[in-house]
Amino acid sequence: MKKSEKIAGNVANYVDERTGAAKWLKKNLTKVFPDHWSFMLGEVALYSFIILLLTGTFLTFWFDPSMREVVYNGGYQPLSNVKMSAAYASSLHISFDVRGGLLMRQIHHWAALIFMAAMIAHLMRVFFTGAFRKPREANWLIGVGLVTLGIVEGFLGYSLPDDLLSGTGLRIAEAILQAIPVAGSYLAFFAFGGAFPGHVFIPRIYTVHILLLPGIFLALITVHLMLVWYQKHTQYPGPGRTEKNVVGYPLMPVYMAKAGGFFFIVFGVTAFLGAVASINPIWLYGPYTPGQISAGSQPDFYMGWLDGLVRMSPPLETHAFGHTISWNILIPGLIVPGILFTGMALYPFIESWMTGDKREHHLLDRPRNNPNRTALGAMSIAFMLVILINGGNDLIATHFYLTINQIMWFTRIGVFVVPPIVFIITKRLCLALQRKDREIVLHGRETGRLVMLPHGEFIEVHEELSAEKKYTLTQHEQPRALEVPDTDGRGVRNPQGIKGKLRARMSQAHVEQVSAPSESEAKALESGHH
Amino acid sequence: MSNEISKFQDPGLPAHQHRKSDTDPKAEKRAEQQVAILFLISAGGTVLSIASYIFIKPGKFVFLPIMGDVDAHQLFLGLGMAIALLFIGFGAVQWARRLMPDEEVVAERHEFRSEEVDRKDFVNTVKERAGVAGLGRRTLIKRSLGLALGLSALTPLVLLRDLGPLPKKQLNKNSWEAGTRLVTDPGDRPLRPEDLEVGSVAQVLPALKNGEERTLENIGTDAVLLIRLRPEDFQLNPERLSWTHDGIIAFSKICSHMGCAVALYEQQTKHLLCPCHQSTFDVTRAAKVIFGPAARPLPQLAITLDEQGYLVAKQGFTEPIGPSFWERSS
Ligand code: HEM
Ligand code: FES
Repeated sequence: MKKSEKIAGNVANYVDERTGAAKWLKKNLTKVFPDHWSFMLGEVALYSFIILLLTGTFLTFWFDPSMREVVYNGGYQPLSNVKMSAAYASSLHISFDVRGGLLMRQIHHWAALIFMAAMIAHLMRVFFTGAFRKPREANWLIGVGLVTLGIVEGFLGYSLPDDLLSGTGLRIAEAILQAIPVAGSYLAFFAFGGAFPGHVFIPRIYTVHILLLPGIFLALITVHLMLVWYQKHTQYPGPGRTEKNVVGYPLMPVYMAKAGGFFFIVFGVTAFLGAVASINPIWLYGPYTPGQISAGSQPDFYMGWLDGLVRMSPPLETHAFGHTISWNILIPGLIVPGILFTGMALYPFIESWMTGDKREHHLLDRPRNNPNRTALGAMSIAFMLVILINGGNDLIATHFYLTINQIMWFTRIGVFVVPPIVFIITKRLCLALQRKDREIVLHGRETGRLVMLPHGEFIEVHEELSAEKKYTLTQHEQPRALEVPDTDGRGVRNPQGIKGKLRARMSQAHVEQVSAPSESEAKALESGHH
Repeated sequence: MSNEISKFQDPGLPAHQHRKSDTDPKAEKRAEQQVAILFLISAGGTVLSIASYIFIKPGKFVFLPIMGDVDAHQLFLGLGMAIALLFIGFGAVQWARRLMPDEEVVAERHEFRSEEVDRKDFVNTVKERAGVAGLGRRTLIKRSLGLALGLSALTPLVLLRDLGPLPKKQLNKNSWEAGTRLVTDPGDRPLRPEDLEVGSVAQVLPALKNGEERTLENIGTDAVLLIRLRPEDFQLNPERLSWTHDGIIAFSKICSHMGCAVALYEQQTKHLLCPCHQSTFDVTRAAKVIFGPAARPLPQLAITLDEQGYLVAKQGFTEPIGPSFWERSS
């Protein structure tokens, strides 16, 4: 035995005699993971979170979360002798006087953007393939929680440096708190320790940004991954893949090497971005003071949609009985986001109620095979994009020579009109794609090759699909709409009332499908040809 | 004829195809070398990164297309790191793809639902255990426990009380009162009407009383914009007109929407624009909202001259400054 093997053996022995880990590891080192590019989106989110932990910890060594006033005297000449908060001064110090500091700040910020983008893309993948269905509803809820907290964490993060841009963001956050009926002024005064901006807010959000929320992320991510492990990954349909098995590569060595390698690639990409692409150049904005503002201020993209909603909101306020309710803040700032996120969280339960489907699902849907769900998803994305466009209306106006007025009205109307249109188009598109699948299963794929028949007619050669491909295109279920009884056993009409009717209607819409071709159909066609 | 019966049959997993590196020792050798080269490039990246840390002084700039001037120190430090990390990743992935077994394996799944017996046993165990504890009977204990737990949840709420003072009337207050001089920000110089030309704007704050210091909280309610128009441009009611002086009109600079600084003045149209959500206020009509989400005009400050001819407030603001809140009465 080689020496290294002997040492490894001793260590393993030591651990196993105290934990019995060998048995568990033996089984799990060969655990099977299905392979697909779309399964990497969640991984990217995980890796960028780790990058955030690493770079964030680096930043804490120099960052001073204090609103104490100091006079700047550091490497960035244009701000010499300017009064500013210690938080802003230390962010400048990190950027100009700590070697690698600016790089780490930029990697941290880029990783935050990638973290959010990857989570959102991952969420879309899960939605469009139906991976949220039983037994994975809990992981869907955790995911929605992570996205929500990610938005908060990112906002707090770019508020920390206390530059003019971030202070403006905090002012807006304070106004949202203040707008909450009855408790608003109290909440705002408690959060800020008195009148805005006060002296305690940056230290407070610092604790939340580097301790509380990362802790919660860590806990949620751990549970999320344990569930994935325990419930095993879903897989795309295909030959040999069923609801009862999972087909893929074993954890050791293939999956480990690929996933581990992928971590380094994600880290490398953020390092590259941090090296060449400037982000959040706080020294250009100057220190925060409530009397000033930097023109064209843009939040990060994951906040931009909220900004767009606030911008398009009509100027509505109610004044009555000595009180004020600001609908222009409450609706875009709290009510609409609340509805959106609650709806997203509840979707798995709504769908299962609509379809009456209570079975386990481990095979993913091809998005086209569930036109209603796919159309709903596309509709939601369209909604978000319309309001995001309005969030960047000043940039778009200058780039495309439009007026802000035009964009505002386009989006105010668009936010009601575009999503339903997108819903209809997407649903049609899905059905058309199903029809095309049906077509090529039955008649083969067009090859573009023409042949001349003996009597002079030209026909295009159709190539028959492989058995594997035929199976993949036809394996999906053909769900039927729920039957809601018109009368129950004792002759009472419509026993489930309006709820039952609604459910029947929704279920009807949900199952709309082009019927998948069957083998017998194919046979019948074939015999017809000869 | 039912669809279910005649569905296309599952042909099963396709046969495994061997890669070149599985069958040809030469190809295997080549793949091995390739992976090693990737790892070596990574090592080179780390060397570059450390060398840049030590040898390139910050403050030297190089020009990159699109990006403009970039600090060479941080650029090469970062590029070195990026190379080091990326090529470890490329190497590992390449190793997995070219040399590790690429045969897919199949594992079985099992339904999560426990066996019927186990489920029954579980329910019985819970019932039996609860019976031992007398959970069903001891309502007194249950209720008092509920009360105790419920009350103890109040503790954290109570403990958070000292996060901040009560708002009281604080949101209605600011530093302006009758006779307060308007001073420039920055500079703290008092202003005479002739300091402002027609069409110009000035940001002002209330003059500090002796011994007072200006805090950011003060600026957040006190910042005021002075704008000078021709007196005939105003379309104001007589009261509001009397709040102006010789074409000079003063508004709170803190947006009535969500409190940003209203900073952009358009001389041609005489509009004030808040860059946050683009609420637009018409200066000639007492900052009436003509566009955007703000629901109220910017509060107007009544101004006049003191004996020395400096601009002063005629009275304090007649309404609270900044965004709305529940206790605001108008
Ligand atoms: C999901 C997790 C996180 C997100 C989305 C996030 C996001 C951000 C963002 C966008 C910034 C502004 C950076 C800038 O442009 O200056 C920031 C700053 C900062 N973050 Fe994080 N962060 C996360 C986790 C962490 C962790 C775990 C730590 C520490 C252990 C941390 C420490 C810091 C510090 C000290 C700053 C201020 C440094 C400066 O701006 O100079 N962050 N964060
Ligand atoms: S804060 Fe001025 S428009 Fe919203």
